[in-house]
Amino acid sequence: MKDNPRPFSHIAAPIKSAAQRFAYVGLIVAAFGLMMVGKADVVLMERFRTQISDAFAPILDILSRPAATAADAVRQVKELASLREENARLREENTRLLQWQSAARKLDAENEALRGLLNVVPDAEVSYITARVVADSGGAFARSLLLAAGQRDGVRRGQAVITGGGLVGRIADVGNRSARMLLITDLNSRIPVVIESTRIRAIMAGNNTDRPHLIHLPPGAEVTPGDRVVTSGHGGAFPPGLGVGVVAAVSEAGIAVRPFVETDELEYGRIVDYGLRGILQSDIMSHENQP
Amino acid sequence: MRRSLWQRLDALARHLTPFGLTVVLVLLGQVPFHLPGFAQVAPMLPLIAIYHWTVYRPELMPAVAVFLVGLLQDALSGLPFGVNTLVYLIAYGVVLTQRSFLVGKSFPIVWFGFALVGAAATLVAWGLVSAISATVVEGRAGFFQYLVTLGGFPLVSWLFARWQHSILKAE
Repeated sequence: MKDNPRPFSHIAAPIKSAAQRFAYVGLIVAAFGLMMVGKADVVLMERFRTQISDAFAPILDILSRPAATAADAVRQVKELASLREENARLREENTRLLQWQSAARKLDAENEALRGLLNVVPDAEVSYITARVVADSGGAFARSLLLAAGQRDGVRRGQAVITGGGLVGRIADVGNRSARMLLITDLNSRIPVVIESTRIRAIMAGNNTDRPHLIHLPPGAEVTPGDRVVTSGHGGAFPPGLGVGVVAAVSEAGIAVRPFVETDELEYGRIVDYGLRGILQSDIMSHENQP
Repeated sequence: MRRSLWQRLDALARHLTPFGLTVVLVLLGQVPFHLPGFAQVAPMLPLIAIYHWTVYRPELMPAVAVFLVGLLQDALSGLPFGVNTLVYLIAYGVVLTQRSFLVGKSFPIVWFGFALVGAAATLVAWGLVSAISATVVEGRAGFFQYLVTLGGFPLVSWLFARWQHSILKAE
C-alpha cells in the first residue's frame, strides 16, 4: 500500500474498506442476478452474449491464426511420414469409390425416372456458408465453438453445421459477424435422428462427453453397435440424412453414439442453409413476439 | 513532491496492466489449439491471474475488475452468465481474507493455497452448472482441468512475478 501522509487517513480507511465490502457483496448479488435473468429471459442474455462475442471476434480471429498454422504444420509433417501408406490406401479406396460412383450414377438415373413418374415434390435447395472456428472455449462444462461468420453472411439460428465427415452441431446464437455453434456433444444439444438401416427414430442428447446418447426410442426398438445414425429432418431444423455417427455401445446405461467428426480438429465449419425455418426459428420468433 | 501529469498517467497505465493481462489470458483461453481433448481441460488461466494479483497486489485487482473478467469469460465460453463471474468473485473473496497468511510465504505454500482455491472454484463451477441445467453434469473433465490449471500455475505466476518486478516496481 502507498503510505498516505494526510491526517484524515485513519478515518477514511475504515469507510473505504466498508465501501469495498459493500461493493463486493453487491457484485456477488449481481452475479446471482445474472444467473436468474439468464434463466428467465434467454433471448435478452443471448443478445448480450452475441454483442460481446461480436466485439471480440476480430481479436479472437487474429489470435486463432498462429495456432491454426501450427496445427497445419504438425499435420503436414505427420502426413509426410505416412505418405507411402496413405497413397496405397487411397489408391485402393479410389478403386472402391469408382465402383460406388457407377452404382450411384445408376441409382440416380433410376431415382430421377421414378420421381418423374410419381411427381415427387423436390427437396429444398441446400447452400453452404463456410466459416473459420475462432474460439474453442467451453472448458470442462460446455461444448461450443465460435465461428467467424454471422448475420451479414447469412447465418441464422438453428442451422446445422457439418464438415466433410458429418454433423458437428447447430447454430445456437448469431451476432452480426460471429455465431456460436453448440456441438452435438454439449449437454443442451438435442438432435432428431434415425437409425439409417431400420428407420427407428430417436433423439440424440449430448452429455458433455465424447459419446452422446440416444433417448426417446420407441418401445421394443432394437439397436445394435455399428448402426449408422443420421439426422431425421424432423422438426424442420436440419436437412434429413446428414451423417451423425455410429452406435458405439448398447448397455443398461443407454445407447452411446460415436460421432463421425472429432471436434478438436475442426478448423472450418460448413453451415447448411436449408431454406427451412424449423422449430428452433419459430421458437425464437414466439419469444420475440412476446410483449 | 508532486508528480507531473505524465508521471501520473504512466503510473495509471502500469496499474491497469494486471487487469489487462487477465483479460488477455481470458482471450488466450479461447484460442482453438486443435489438440485432441485439450479444449475441455485447458487451464483456467484467469483464475491463476486473479489469485496471483489478489495475493500480491490486491489494490490493482478490485472486485469490479474480477466481475468484468468473469463476465467476459462467461460470454465467450458459452456457459450460462454468472457462473464464472460468481466463481471468480468467491475465489477473490476467499483469497482476500487469507491474504495476510499467504503474503511473504514461500512459493510452495502459495501454490498450495492456489490448489485449495482452485479445487473450491472447480467444485462451485460444477455445482452451479449442474444446478442451472438441473442434471448432474459429467465432472471428470472438470477434475482434469483442475489438474492442468494446477500444473500451469508456477509458469503463469512466475511470468507475473517478472512483470511485477519490472513494470510495477518502476514507480
